[in-house]
Amino acid sequence: MTRYTTTTEADREEMLRAVGVTSTRDLLAEQIPAALLRDEPLDLPDGRGEQEVHAHLRDLAGANTSAEDEVTFLGAGMYDHYVPAIIDMLLGRSEFLTPYTPYQPEVSQGGLQVMFEYQTAISELTALPVSNASVYEGPSAVAAAAYLAKLHNGRGKLVVSAGAHPHTLQTLETLAHGYGQEVVVVPLKGGATDPDAWAAAIDETTSAAIVQQPNFLGAVEDVAALTAAAKEAGGDKLVTVGAYDPITLGILVPPGEAGIDVAVGEGQTLGNRLDFGGPSFGFFAARDAFLRRMPGRIAGETTDVDGRRGFVLTLQTREQHIRREKATSNICTAQALNALAGVVYLGWLGREGLPELAELLARRTHYARTTLAAIDGVELLHDRPVVREFALRLPGIDVPALVAHVQDRGYHPGLPLVRTHGDEHADGLLVALTEQRTKEQIDRLAELLVGAIAAQRGGGSASPQAAASRNGVAA
Amino acid sequence: MSTPVDVPTPVTAEPVLPAAGGADPRPLAAPTTSVNPIQRDHATTIFEKGAPGRRSFVAPDAGVPEADLDEILPAGLRRTAPARLPQVTEGEIVRHYVRLSRRNFDLDTGFYPLGSCTMKHNPRLHERVTALPGHARLHPFQEPERAQGALELMWGLERQLAEVSGLPHVCLQPSAGSHGELAGVLLARAYHEARGETRTKVLTPDTAHGTNPATVTMAGLEVVKVATNPDGGVDLDDLRAKADDDTALLMLTNPNTLGIFDPNIQEIASIVHGVGGVLYYDGANLNAIMGITRPGDMGFDIVHFNLHKSFTQPHGGGGPGSGPIAVSDRVAPFLPLPVIRRDDAPAPGTRTGPSGAAFSLVEDATALPEGAPGSRSIGKLRGFQGNYGCFVRSYTYITSLGAAGLRDASETAVLNANYLLAKLEEHGVRELLPLAFGTRCMHEFVLSGGPLKRELGVKTLDVAKRLLDHGFHPPTVYFPLLVDEALLIEPVETEARETLDAFALVLAEILREAKDDPTIAQNAPYSTPVRRLDEAGAAKRPVLRQPLD
Repeated sequence: MTRYTTTTEADREEMLRAVGVTSTRDLLAEQIPAALLRDEPLDLPDGRGEQEVHAHLRDLAGANTSAEDEVTFLGAGMYDHYVPAIIDMLLGRSEFLTPYTPYQPEVSQGGLQVMFEYQTAISELTALPVSNASVYEGPSAVAAAAYLAKLHNGRGKLVVSAGAHPHTLQTLETLAHGYGQEVVVVPLKGGATDPDAWAAAIDETTSAAIVQQPNFLGAVEDVAALTAAAKEAGGDKLVTVGAYDPITLGILVPPGEAGIDVAVGEGQTLGNRLDFGGPSFGFFAARDAFLRRMPGRIAGETTDVDGRRGFVLTLQTREQHIRREKATSNICTAQALNALAGVVYLGWLGREGLPELAELLARRTHYARTTLAAIDGVELLHDRPVVREFALRLPGIDVPALVAHVQDRGYHPGLPLVRTHGDEHADGLLVALTEQRTKEQIDRLAELLVGAIAAQRGGGSASPQAAASRNGVAA
Repeated sequence: MSTPVDVPTPVTAEPVLPAAGGADPRPLAAPTTSVNPIQRDHATTIFEKGAPGRRSFVAPDAGVPEADLDEILPAGLRRTAPARLPQVTEGEIVRHYVRLSRRNFDLDTGFYPLGSCTMKHNPRLHERVTALPGHARLHPFQEPERAQGALELMWGLERQLAEVSGLPHVCLQPSAGSHGELAGVLLARAYHEARGETRTKVLTPDTAHGTNPATVTMAGLEVVKVATNPDGGVDLDDLRAKADDDTALLMLTNPNTLGIFDPNIQEIASIVHGVGGVLYYDGANLNAIMGITRPGDMGFDIVHFNLHKSFTQPHGGGGPGSGPIAVSDRVAPFLPLPVIRRDDAPAPGTRTGPSGAAFSLVEDATALPEGAPGSRSIGKLRGFQGNYGCFVRSYTYITSLGAAGLRDASETAVLNANYLLAKLEEHGVRELLPLAFGTRCMHEFVLSGGPLKRELGVKTLDVAKRLLDHGFHPPTVYFPLLVDEALLIEPVETEARETLDAFALVLAEILREAKDDPTIAQNAPYSTPVRRLDEAGAAKRPVLRQPLD
């Protein structure tokens, strides 16, 4: 008997007697060929008690520099938003934390109604009529949308903007190879998808045209123009796919009003922790025509035998456990608990709060971009509108070294784009804002960048305030 | 609202259980007849609550110099009408979701023998350590030198999973079991393609999880079904007939979804390897064999783990999960990126994990030596490194249990399943609900409800619904598909003997009751927040969101 097993020696003896064997090993030996039945233990350390394990995990946590330890301007797909206290409390409730997929609806009304409410919230957010109950996360959600497009039109080419997250592009490439689809990447021009190259890449063999909003470099794309051009070149059967940061839908034209057929995205920004990249959730919403090809669980409203309102998993004939090799997806376990965080967060922000938050982000982002770009040695990588994140260039600067310099002073200035784009953006820096980053922190970051640049140049330091005021911005 | 106004029905109609022919004075395990009024709430969504002007979030002042919004973002790119989200206070949100939560059955409250899902206790230490800010607030793009604890943990979990599976190379990235399957099939495909072969066939036994064939299609390959023999294992003649030089791989769960360990596994491996195919192990049932036997030793090339099953994650109402894979040397070059590298002798001044070793992430296949894991990578399967929060929990679990604890967990799971089987025999349950195959089982077993349906007109679904009235979550029902009216029961190692005893008694009682009056089970449940729901109607006229004004 160890940690979490409940069987005492006395229990075991009685149970073995009931089974009619003399030992557990005999029970196993009856079933497993002798050559495969191990007697030597696994080569793993002995188990340890709770407090020792806790101390070890605390040591591991302590060897990480988290957003608790530094003021971070890192984003690039996941963002340090504030997670309200009610989310910890509600997600910690046994009734949400410990059941599985609601296969027995009579005792799963809580989870099913959460799914229904989540679907409503995502549908509102995206201005698209149908949402599923979640997929894994952002990049694989884009690949799932591509698979839906393949099922819808059978075409073999995926056209995707280079403004998609690099992990999205890589995931799409990997999974499209499985689907038997070819991926064509359309370059950016001036920070946004090149409209001419986009139109030229799309034709009647194009299954889906995929754009990210805002794009990886923070630029707000003219999605309506891109979708119109895509339908023009690819015909009605083409599926337009948009990968969105849901927070920005407080201020940006929603996908349903911008010609998008399938809107997906990374849900981390909606009440989920950073968790070094997961678990979070992916959302997946679409026009009615795609309902019966959606991946994943969908909750629907119905009534019980007494006429009482209730919810069930519905349209299950799409799914793997019914349709097997003809299923619209292989997804089974998705991200229900993370989606719960998402719907609670959206309720907490509320109808007025989401636009307020999105505008706040846009204003602070604008200020940060203007302030940082005013620093001697810093340029804008593009001048497209931005609402939560922006890209800079620091010509001649070793950006990773600059990041380390600033980190040593308690700030993380953002992602060195050399990590994701190599030589293409060797001097690029991607800076993200959340409501947790104040004006004072932005100003301090500017000072630190000035210092870091000066340190690399081996020269003195210029005041960012002075530089900013030269550009007509009150610092 | 689209549904009629619901008048909560007072639940006085709970049928009195027949007293087992009057012969058995033992008090019945009481059905949950007392209904909590909260659980009988009329369902009202958060969107139907609140009022204009109510709110929880207070936006901080932007605190930056005023700028014209049109200058920041042209009007043509801006949203004109806000999303119609709820307008509620924090108090309303908390009450709403707490009341909703009480309409769920959960593992902390009761026995949950859902076959193939391994609903074992979720230790709360795992939640505490995962919530430590050094884990929970760690950004996935943090410079790897400043995420040494996370990388050391992931490297450690990789080594733990390699040892449990008997396969040397691990990739943690896939998000769930089915995602791991997709990774595995793509790996097998890449392996063959690298040898200049295009193999299209994937052999899957008819006992396979539905995710197996669905995955095969998504990976661009073709499912070929293999029959099951009368003992519940793979039909070797059928396998020999179907395995050929077009076979890319065989996907197998062992023990399979009947709870049967295939005694011919070595022969199966030799048949598949003999035609040049790859062997894929669906790890959904790994909880039967941890420390007892290993997929790598059975001859498998690729394994996926369900961390949320064998290595105890809270199932979250349907996720998150996590589906790492382990592979043999010959498949390793194709593993997804990034790979984690460990340097045991870092240069002085290098940041390290608590062990003193330094860890790095390799994102670029060309930076890896030929033949090394990831050097001919299939690419990425998702963003970032995977569901790290799940890694923390499973690493904590394996570290807590150690080698002996893992083996004890699996041995106890097997003993519990066989004990429950014996108790069901003792109570006569197996006359109407016979074991579908064999006489023993590993960690789970399948009963067939065929005789019960034929003799009493009571279906497996009815038994499941009646179990709800007794406070038990039902087993997995109607799976595997080859068993008539299947009940797949997995009692797991963290359940006490007395719980198994009670469950056996209740099943016996349900059958006794059904003999007297089958309508009781046929109309169950009675005590739940709602009773049987119109699923056909829900699919015919889908209402998938709350209509709003």
